[in-house]
Amino acid sequence: MSSNIEEAKKIIAEVLEVYPEKTRKKREKHLGVFEDGKADCGVKSNIKTVPGVMTIRGCAYAGSKGVVWGPIKDMIHISHGPVGCGQYSWAARRNYYIGTTGVDSFGTMQFTSDFQEKDIVFGGDRKLEKIMDEIEELFPLNKGITVQSECPIGLIGDDIEAVSKKKSKEFGGKTIVPVRCEGFRGVSQSLGHHIANDTIRDWVFDKQTEKKTDGTPYDVAIIGDYNIGGDAWSSRILLEEMGLRVVAQWSGDGTIEELANTPNVKLNILHCYRSMNYISRHMEEKYGIPWVEYNFFGPSKIAESLRKIAGFFDDTIKENAEKVIAKYEALTRATIEKFRPRLEGKTVMLFVGGLRPRHVIGAYEDLGMNVIGTGYEFGHNDDYQRTTHYVKDGTIIYDDVTGYEFEKFVEALKPDLVASGIKEKYVFQKMGYPFRQMHSWDYSGPYHGYDGFAIFARDMDMAINNPVWQMAKSPF
Amino acid sequence: MSQNPKHVLDHFNLFREPEYVEMFENKKKNFENPHPQEKVSEIIEWTKTQEYRDLNFRREALTVNPAKACQPLGAVFAALGFEETLPFVHGSQGCVAYYRSHLSRHFKEPTSCVSSSMTEDAAVFGGLNNMIDGLANAYAMYKPKMIAVSTTCMAEVIGDDLNAFIKNAKEKGSVPEEFDVPFAHTPAFVGSHITGYDNALKGIMEHFWAGRERSANETINVVMGFDGYSVGNIRELKRIFKEMGIDAIVLSDVSDVFDTPTDGTFRMYMGGTRLSDMKKALDSKATVSLQEYNTPKSLEYAAHLGQKTLAFNYPVGVRATDRFLSELSQLTGKAVPESLKLERGRLVDAVADSTSHIHGKKFALYGDPDQMMGLSEFLMELGAEPVHVLSTNGNKDWEEKMNALFASSPFGAGCHAWPGKDLWHMRSLLFTEPVDFLIGNTYGKYLERDTGTPLIRIGFPIFDRHHHHRYPTVGYQGAMNVLVKILDKIFDEMDKNTNAVAKTDYSYDIIR
Repeated sequence: MSSNIEEAKKIIAEVLEVYPEKTRKKREKHLGVFEDGKADCGVKSNIKTVPGVMTIRGCAYAGSKGVVWGPIKDMIHISHGPVGCGQYSWAARRNYYIGTTGVDSFGTMQFTSDFQEKDIVFGGDRKLEKIMDEIEELFPLNKGITVQSECPIGLIGDDIEAVSKKKSKEFGGKTIVPVRCEGFRGVSQSLGHHIANDTIRDWVFDKQTEKKTDGTPYDVAIIGDYNIGGDAWSSRILLEEMGLRVVAQWSGDGTIEELANTPNVKLNILHCYRSMNYISRHMEEKYGIPWVEYNFFGPSKIAESLRKIAGFFDDTIKENAEKVIAKYEALTRATIEKFRPRLEGKTVMLFVGGLRPRHVIGAYEDLGMNVIGTGYEFGHNDDYQRTTHYVKDGTIIYDDVTGYEFEKFVEALKPDLVASGIKEKYVFQKMGYPFRQMHSWDYSGPYHGYDGFAIFARDMDMAINNPVWQMAKSPF
Repeated sequence: MSQNPKHVLDHFNLFREPEYVEMFENKKKNFENPHPQEKVSEIIEWTKTQEYRDLNFRREALTVNPAKACQPLGAVFAALGFEETLPFVHGSQGCVAYYRSHLSRHFKEPTSCVSSSMTEDAAVFGGLNNMIDGLANAYAMYKPKMIAVSTTCMAEVIGDDLNAFIKNAKEKGSVPEEFDVPFAHTPAFVGSHITGYDNALKGIMEHFWAGRERSANETINVVMGFDGYSVGNIRELKRIFKEMGIDAIVLSDVSDVFDTPTDGTFRMYMGGTRLSDMKKALDSKATVSLQEYNTPKSLEYAAHLGQKTLAFNYPVGVRATDRFLSELSQLTGKAVPESLKLERGRLVDAVADSTSHIHGKKFALYGDPDQMMGLSEFLMELGAEPVHVLSTNGNKDWEEKMNALFASSPFGAGCHAWPGKDLWHMRSLLFTEPVDFLIGNTYGKYLERDTGTPLIRIGFPIFDRHHHHRYPTVGYQGAMNVLVKILDKIFDEMDKNTNAVAKTDYSYDIIR
């Protein structure tokens, strides 16, 4: 074991050699090796990215529009500023929903104020007002509007709050949410999540005049599931089978009604801790709603999570949880029987965002695979603490990894699978490594829940045991 | 429970299973507070009307589903076409994540590009330190031969001065004094990705050409411009020039950059315009652009240095390619060779073989301005009518040129150019004045779904079909590919619309 750790440390030291000294000092704090028994992963996180290194990170706008707000399907989210941000994030995250797009749902549309030079010079508030008027006219069934600020908004001193208030009043109290998620704020997507969470608190919860009371003792909300490839659906079905009443989905396939009703639930169940712990904590403090983290990747963690969630309820629910686990046992067994022999002992290197750098480890282990390296795009210290419950001794940890580092780590550790994002996919495939995108599920999914695990297993098998990798090396 | 490891159901079929369908219905009914279905149906129908179209076209402020991106995307794309060049975008880092994802989703290739990762403090104090550190890090890690700098809107709004910053960074030793760092200011709130391409290219031209003596030779510089088919098109252009016997330098040659092999090695850099060639390109007799609206400043700069310039509008089709080749021939004194005449004849042969299936068909199309001109002209050559031609980044001048083009053919009668409009405008056009086919990028699939107009994918980005960027769309060969693409869709639709058994399948012909 310790030789593993020594080896990994050596690899890190070698990789760091490329950097100018100032950068090396900064980057070495983000790279580490997990050692059993330690309380954290030994890396610093949530710090500004060093310029010029090819970070994988995005921005606050991506965290707010792309992650938290964007999936709320019956509201119109204006990408406020120049055209690009909305264009590049247009329908790219696969937040599935059911609805008539363009009429009562707007998830896969790109609404932008398409800022021109005159808007920068004279300000965009009047344009924003007009945009809201035009939205009301052309999309009369929208249930609300959010203003997703792009970089220039905060720099030119626009007052999007005033515009939002004014227009909300004019539109009979319609929910209009100004979001200060300019891309230069913070160090990554992460601040965008936080800002977006806070706007739900301030502009949805705090604007409610009446508290609804028609709840049941079994009301819960799914928090932090963006329904990528249908993840929230294959999760919801299990909770409903357990006898819980899922009042809201935050925010995949979600609606403003669901957000507004969440303060009535008995328990918030939180999947992506990173992006939605803020609102969960707020609801705990203000409404006394407990929250619990869960993990629906892979049967081991699913069963553990179902029991954990059931623990907040009466015996009926607890018994139901056991029934659900039993119901899916045959499927789980058959899935593992089919795929585990093909995947046993294979190694994986991960680099993703949110909860996945730790949450998916159990699913790999259910298939007999080992995660030998992992890291977070925009994790904080509490993420790395939570990671210690998942990783094994000697796992290499890289925070906000640079393109260079990731390439070198993979070259050194030669995993059987690299699991990361679109920007990394083709780099590693060229190098001959099987790869799966673990943000978009590589256009597959869902991966959550028991139904999702079968898909996850199939996909990992099809990546690793694909005949193409045998052909990468030319015989000549 | 419907899942089955023997035959795994993923999102395509899993959610059609009864337990999920029921779950969706209950979620909607119990928790979403939906609008009544009659209301939704009423609005659906209303959005199809002329009344809605009129309101829609009265929009002054809101843009919905535009067919354009922002300047730095084009700048990064242009920069990638040079030998071992690392694009460096000064400003917020999220932008670079977006450009890289966007290009990779289209080409299914890696996109290397770095950011100076400016945050709040840089917004207050300026991004000079980000430039100094960023250049030093990028140079040390990725060992490029050139770093081409452009800007995000953040850096533009706060007014960072690239020229001064790069000088300063060089003084601080970030990169060697003689190291090539061309730059271009590329504000996202001016123009579109094609403007950024032009600015970046001009920046690189200036970097290599400014202040040097020009001694003209017979070489021709060629610029493809921003183009999702660059891999195929640049290779095709090189072939055409070779056939013509013309020495050519492609300015920004991304053909190998976006087409690297899977053989165990990741090539961050491959191909591209050699920097030594870029230097030499000052002496070229002329600079020829395949996309006029994509390269005005670059051409103006080349002309100002004494080069001849020629600009085309994405020549796809017979006559556009004829003009392209004759003007090249005039410019260089080289005759159009037999081989290309033969290709021309083969294209006309193919058109003659198939024209009866295209004749009189109505098309709507959208995309970059030059591409719209090239495709419209070709459609008219095929006897088709380009009824709605929309270009979000087209301007008044483009509109006039489009109108002249329509006027040049009987098939242009009643056709309309729409500069500055978006795909929500197009939706109204397709409902109120339906056409047979739509040509556009991947986002056109939403129009296809809503209006039932079959989509022929030609444009950028194409995310949901693979590998078409490898095949040319300009010249006679390009026209052949475009023709086949159009025909395939026409025949597929014909089959789809005639296959009802014992009802319409008499027309489900085996020979077409």
